[in-house]
Amino acid sequence: MVRYLAPLIAFAILVPVLMIGLTRDPRQLPSPFIGNAAPQFELVSLTNPDERVGSTDLIGQMSLVNVWATWCVGCREEHGFLMNLARNKVIPIYGINWRDSRPDALRWLQQLGDPYVATGFDGDGRVGIDWGVYGAPETFLVDARGTVLYKHLGPLNAVVWDRDFRPLIEKHGGAT
Amino acid sequence: MKIILALALLIVGVSSALAIDTGKAFDDPELQARYEKIIDEVRCLKCQNQTIKDSNAFLAGDLRREIRRMLDEGKDDDEIFEFLVARYGEFALYRPRASGKTLILWLAPVLLLFGGAVVLWRILKRRMAMPIDDIG
Repeated sequence: MVRYLAPLIAFAILVPVLMIGLTRDPRQLPSPFIGNAAPQFELVSLTNPDERVGSTDLIGQMSLVNVWATWCVGCREEHGFLMNLARNKVIPIYGINWRDSRPDALRWLQQLGDPYVATGFDGDGRVGIDWGVYGAPETFLVDARGTVLYKHLGPLNAVVWDRDFRPLIEKHGGAT
Repeated sequence: MKIILALALLIVGVSSALAIDTGKAFDDPELQARYEKIIDEVRCLKCQNQTIKDSNAFLAGDLRREIRRMLDEGKDDDEIFEFLVARYGEFALYRPRASGKTLILWLAPVLLLFGGAVVLWRILKRRMAMPIDDIG
């Protein structure tokens, strides 16, 4: 009896394990920063080369850090949603313009609007590596003390926002 | 015959022109050897089944540049791997370091091999016990 049941039991265990595996996206890697301090960085501002954008700006209020580039299709896709967040003053958004050209990026903001409080220009991708960025767009939710609460890979939209971001923001006292 | 030779030469020429890592080699051959060994162990996160040695994605290029910089600064291999893991997680390494989180990865092959051996041994034992006539 055991001889016939054992393979069946093994099969019954294996099926759900493999099914869970099927629902996961191998491109979505867990970020080692979640629950830890955001990486220290300082970049020259995209819009004003005399100004700096860096870690100190993130302290004091909950904010989003959005990694974008003009060559990134998903960034164009989410841009309207970021504009909405900015227009409704939902949360301050800081941009990291990753591996891009400054004129292209400035033209993008001029044509599509600028949802960012400030954008750092990371032309050589050095700061992107410090944030563990591997594919734009990536969006980090950072609390007032500079701790990373969440990271989203891929374009932001209302569905992702309501499902992943809004509950976390409310849990941590809301963005003001 | 000449055509074959020409084709062979063409392939050799083209393949070196397509070399992925276009950076300048280290002056110190020992450092160069370490560099090549390291980039062969690091996953390109953008193209997950390639190492950063094999990949021409710009992220792989950026990571190679950072590894060169760290080698120039005299960092040892562990510090370089730690740098990558702190930013991208153990997944960045083709041979993740043994720790609580990755233990299952290291133990699974041994356990599976052991399980297979037990099954095989039981089947063989049963067959050995059969009279010769019954086999086949």
